[in-house]
Parts: sequence; C-alpha cells; structure tokens
Amino acid sequence: MDREKRYVPVVVRFERDGRLRPLVIELDEARRYPVDRVLDVRRAACGSVGGVGERYTCLVNGQECDLWLEKGRWFVALKI
Amino acid sequence: MERNILHVDCNAFYASVEQQRRPELRGRPVAVCGREEDRHGIVLTASYPAKRLGVRTGMAVWQARQYCPELVVLPPDMGEYQRISRLARDIYEEYTDRVEPFGLDEAWLDVTGSVGLFGSPMEIARQISDRVRFELGLTVSIGVSDNKVTAKLGSDYKKPDAITRIERDNYVQVVYPLPVESLLYVGPATARKLRAIGMSTIGRLAQCPVEVLTGRLGKIGGVLHAFANGRDTSPVRRTDHAAGVKSVSNSATTPRDLVCDEDVHLMLLLLSESVSARMRELGCRCTVVEVGVRDAQLRSFTRQQKLTAPSCSSEELARTAFSLFRESYRWQCPVRSVGVRGAGLVPMDQCVQLSLYPEDQRREKWERIDAAVDRLRSRYGYHCVRRAAVTADPLLGRINPKDDHTVHPLGYFRG
Repeated sequence: MDREKRYVPVVVRFERDGRLRPLVIELDEARRYPVDRVLDVRRAACGSVGGVGERYTCLVNGQECDLWLEKGRWFVALKI
Repeated sequence: MERNILHVDCNAFYASVEQQRRPELRGRPVAVCGREEDRHGIVLTASYPAKRLGVRTGMAVWQARQYCPELVVLPPDMGEYQRISRLARDIYEEYTDRVEPFGLDEAWLDVTGSVGLFGSPMEIARQISDRVRFELGLTVSIGVSDNKVTAKLGSDYKKPDAITRIERDNYVQVVYPLPVESLLYVGPATARKLRAIGMSTIGRLAQCPVEVLTGRLGKIGGVLHAFANGRDTSPVRRTDHAAGVKSVSNSATTPRDLVCDEDVHLMLLLLSESVSARMRELGCRCTVVEVGVRDAQLRSFTRQQKLTAPSCSSEELARTAFSLFRESYRWQCPVRSVGVRGAGLVPMDQCVQLSLYPEDQRREKWERIDAAVDRLRSRYGYHCVRRAAVTADPLLGRINPKDDHTVHPLGYFRG
C-alpha cells in the first residue's frame, strides 16, 4: 500500500514535566481525530515514508496509529 | 587489563541518511556530492549500488557519472547529517561514557566497564546495531576487539551491516591476509614504500623485524609494526575531552577564483570570524596567526606571525592574516583557496598582561563585539548579522565557513 508523508496540525498539551501529549490530529477541516490514549513514545525511524524522530503510538477511534514528531513538526504516514 | 573496544561505522552515511528520508531513492545508485557551481564537485559519499558500479568517494562528479550515468546526485545537507550523527552518539552513550567520534559517521566505544551491565561486547554490538537500525533507519558495521586499531579493521572487514570480532584467538587468521592499505595510517605514500620492500599484507608487516621498518620509514615504522601486531594502547577519549587541540583553522575553496586584494580580504574576514568563534567555543585565544594560500595552479604556501598578546578577535585575526598575505603574494595568478589558522592556543581564563596602549584596549572591545555576534547568530541564524564588506560580493559573501560542510576530524595521534 502506498503511503505519503503528510505534515499535519496537532493540538498538543505540554505536561508539567515537559512531556508532550497530542490531543487532536487535524488531517483537514473535516477530519479532526481526538487521540484517546498514547500507548508508546520512542525514538524511531519511519520506514514507509522516511523520517527520524519521536514516534507517538496513539489510540484513535479504537485503532492504533503512529504520529511522528520530527524537528518540531508532526507528520503521519497517510495511506493513499 | 584486557579492554573491550568497539568501532562503529555508519555505512555510506550521507547517502544512507538521504535514502532513509526519501524512500524512493532506496536501492538506487545515489551520491551525495559537493556543489559543482561552488567547485566542490566531488563525491562525498556513494550508496552501495553506486559503489558497485565504481563510484568512489573523492571522485569528480563528472567522473562518477561516466561510471554510472543514472547516478542520482544530491547536494549535502550537513545539518541533517549532524543531527543524525548526534542521535547515533546518544545511543552509544547509553552503553558507555567513553565515546570517541572519528568524523560524523564513525566512533570508538570503550565498553570495558559496561559488560557487567549489558552483556558481552558482542551482545552490546548487536544491541547497538539493532537500535541504530530501528531508531535511525541506518545500518552499521561494528568491529569488536581489545584495541582501537584492530576494532577499526573489524568494522572495515565486512560491510554493510555486520559485526566482526577480532581478538587474539582469530587475529592471525583474519588480519594477516589483509592488504597493508587497510591498516590505519597506511596511506598511498606509505603503502608504496611498504610494497616496494615486499610488505603487501598486514601479516608480512607484522612479521617484519621492527628495525627494518624504522630504518625505512622512521618513527612511524615502529608504530605501524605495533599496529600490525594488534598492539595499540591509545585510550578511547571521553566525549567531553577537548584538551589536546593545538590550533583552530578554517579554509575554503571559493566558488570563483579570487583575483584582487579585496576578494582575499573578504574571504579572510569570513574565515577569521569562523576561527575566532570556534576558539571562543573552546574557551581559548591564539598567539600566532597563520595564513595559507593556494593559487589557481595549485601552488601553495603558508605564512605566520606572532601576536603582541593573545587574541580571539576576528578583526585582529583578519587584519594580521591580510597583512601577511599582502607581504607574501604578488598576484602572479588568481587564488583558488585561502585559509586562516589560530595557533599557540592559550586558555581564555589565563591572566593577560594589561597594556597602556589604546591598541590593546580596542582588542577587548572587538572581542566583546564578536561574542555579541555569536549570541545573535546562535539565536537567529548565521546570516542575521554580517559585515557590510561581505555584502559587496554576494557569491563569496554567502559562504558560511563555520557550518557549511566543514567536518573537523581530529588526528589519531592528537594530544
């Protein structure tokens, strides 16, 4: 399946200890996805669309999805 | 005491970083090359498919294209390579505080004290290899040994993505057949001399009486004999080890030939700013300024001058370097590259003889201006503040000698 590197706006909460907690992923005007839970955060390389940064494995609508923070910008590997 | 040393080498580093972030380039012949318009048009790193077709580091781009017409040529992005290199070092530092980088893509690790925590050196090597692949999307070759020289032989032994252990039990079998050029510090010139006396492999070098080698090569002969026998006691220096730096220099091959004093003056200003900023990072001043010049026919010379007092003022460096240049160069032909070096370094906190002369008071003022420029640049970027002189020539003026693909590898025998 082809994927595309899509930079997306993300609503983020700064925790007291400096950690970041993504709250809402905004793919576009119509598709705003609340993040139910963050399951895992670790540094990882994104194999499918390229990129190296912090990988946030999030639970969105009951599905796991990876959100990446690379050099201050958030991206997802969007299926196309 | 037996040490456990790893040498980690990121395979085809620049090209691999590019292929990681651009998946469409994976598996294709890729070369990261300096910009041809800036006359830095040589291959810096080639991907493995390109290497198989004969593309080599240091080759001119046009030459590389002859070996491989479909070569994808990319400009270097040193900022990204430095970022990935730092992330790789973060991984190494989780295993030991003794990490000595050798350029951006290689490092020695002394894990002697870590085996109790993380397992055998081979196990640590496997963990590092897995983590670099997972976290950075790169492959590494790792050599595992009891000294730095043999560890490096190990990481070169099998590429890409391999771990090679060379210790006493398999040393002769693995290392002896290797060509003598594989040894650290055997460059083309030394290799020619060694081959002339029949030393074509490391084994032969190891078995040769040391007197023969010192007779032929001098002091380095004894060193190479020890290296060939896997004897090297040099320590892996800690990451924060900055001592042993003897001089700070910067040179640049300019995008076009320099044809007049004004051109050279502009370049010396840029280079002096870079050298003085790096001296401030190291916390030292220089007492000797050296200028190096190479003309369009590749003839080169250096001239140096002692300063009246230690300085890290870019203005003073540039002024001294320029007056040395004016005294020594007669413009028989255009200049291709210039360099500035600050030597005779002394620590900044060392007492300085104060002077009654206004000249020396100006020095302090200039140093304060330089420090302010450092702060501005670290916050708002290199080009946020510049001398008016460098705007006179946009082609030369846009060079940033401090950050533009300058890697400052330190010599193996430093200190």
